[in-house]
Amino acid sequence: MSEQSSAVPEFAAASPVVVQAPRPMYWSVRRELWENRSIYVAPLLVAAVVMFGFVLSTIGMPHRRRATLLLAPAQQHTTIAMPFDIAAAMLVVTAFVIGIFYCLDALQGERRDRSILFWKSLPVSDRTTVLAKTSIPLLALPAFTFVIIVLTQWFMLLWSTAVLLPSGLAGSTWMHFHWFTQSLLVFYCLIVLVLWHAPIYALLLLISSWARRGSYLWAVLPPLAIAAVEKIVFNTAYFGSFLKYRLIGGIGEAFVFKAPHGTDSLSRLTPLNFLSTPGLWLGLILAAIFITAAVRLRRDREPV
Amino acid sequence: MTAIEARGLRKTFGSTIALDSIDLRVEEGRILGIIGPNGAGKTTALNAILGLTSYEGELTVLGRNPWTERDLLMRDVSFIADVAVLPRWMRVSQILDYVSGVHPRFRRAKAEAFLTKTTIKRSSKIRELSKGMVTQLHLALVMAIDAKLLVLDEPTLGLDLLYRKQFYDSLLNDYFDRTRTIVVTTHQVEEIQDVLTDLMFIDRGRIALTCSMEEFESRYLEVMVLPEHVAAARALGPLHERQVLGRSILLFDHADRQQLAALGDVRTPGIADLFVAVMGNQPGEIR
Repeated sequence: MSEQSSAVPEFAAASPVVVQAPRPMYWSVRRELWENRSIYVAPLLVAAVVMFGFVLSTIGMPHRRRATLLLAPAQQHTTIAMPFDIAAAMLVVTAFVIGIFYCLDALQGERRDRSILFWKSLPVSDRTTVLAKTSIPLLALPAFTFVIIVLTQWFMLLWSTAVLLPSGLAGSTWMHFHWFTQSLLVFYCLIVLVLWHAPIYALLLLISSWARRGSYLWAVLPPLAIAAVEKIVFNTAYFGSFLKYRLIGGIGEAFVFKAPHGTDSLSRLTPLNFLSTPGLWLGLILAAIFITAAVRLRRDREPV
Repeated sequence: MTAIEARGLRKTFGSTIALDSIDLRVEEGRILGIIGPNGAGKTTALNAILGLTSYEGELTVLGRNPWTERDLLMRDVSFIADVAVLPRWMRVSQILDYVSGVHPRFRRAKAEAFLTKTTIKRSSKIRELSKGMVTQLHLALVMAIDAKLLVLDEPTLGLDLLYRKQFYDSLLNDYFDRTRTIVVTTHQVEEIQDVLTDLMFIDRGRIALTCSMEEFESRYLEVMVLPEHVAAARALGPLHERQVLGRSILLFDHADRQQLAALGDVRTPGIADLFVAVMGNQPGEIR
């Protein structure tokens, strides 16, 4: 008995550390979030501004709401739901801008400050690193944006309820803004945009891994040059409309706007049409090619 | 077991030949010092060994191809590059978390114990640390990795004398255990003379000299020749001659110790003196 009890600490001393299985992907993503705090700080700031603006706009709200309720039902709906849509749209655009800037710096910054030599001294493959960086605009940013949008809209809903409660009009907001449907709509919209924009993010990551410096210029100038040359030589603007389609065309494929349904009705969603758009699949194939190339380039490139 | 084996290792940047078909073999448990002038190809050779640059020829490090298997190789290899490369935005606690999270052979407790001896705070960002502290931190991380091969490229560059001495002391006392292999490059050759087991001179992409330190000590002798014996000493064909305080010091390769002792004080030369002698004798070289 006493032998047994004395053997335990000895055994513990012989194997002092229980080494956890390494989780390179998990830690690579955390690393990105540590380095790029703008990923969550910027949306929080925008959300704060939106909420502040909304609070200001509710001064005199009961009076205006009474006037709104005299309009036709469809117009009532538009007017009451609009601030919520604007809030969501601003946060979606913010996420897109953060994603662009993040991608352009993601693989160049580590070469510029030579920290790539430290990252490469650890058993983390180039593929894991690049995929972790890809997951920021494709997973982390949309997920975070979704949460922020839902919370912002809830704040707006509760605030307007509080403001309208004394005048007995609080129910009108709840009647025209269905938070659950709205959340589903935002969720769908974010997925559509991420899939549609995936080749843009992937191309920017590729530029970031390739350019020795000035990845911003490499991202902006060639498209401008192509559009200018096309305009001068052929007097056409196909490239410009191609870019425009890639930026906002996904929304047009995934929603119908002209249908006479209620505006936040889920019947406006056309996921099948979106999934059968060739542009979606071509874009995703291109995105995969760009990411593969970025992985190769990260191996080849040296610090700048 | 062989830690590093290279055959015909070659690397060119445009028309510049950085490595010119090098053959290299480093056995396990050795401490190899690679000495060479700037631009000789030291860092290129190390980069090839670490999988940081592509190359021609054959190269095997711990049985792996470093270019295609860098991530697997890095479980058993750690290195400190010649410049401060720790990410400046990171906090000390974050870098400990990260390395613990990705490295199966990292012993966090060991790194923490090492850091306790320094003034580095866990909450500091790396950009707030002094140059010496950044090197201490990097060393703490590397020493806590149970690696089979440690590569150090100018590890003490820019550090003060006191810290450089501590660096090699802790390398030998706390880290080296005769099964690990260490490859180190430095310009501060006198500091590593007692540390090394093997020596390699590299110049313009070629290996100019390679020998073990035992061989070095038995092969090379330096004589501070008495003035009356200078002519006799020169007749024995020294590798190199220099003047110090009016006395001639001649460096011999494969000379008879008894014979030299008759001419003046005999001793083992410093690596730096041999370096000057070997490199100065390269044909067509202007120095």
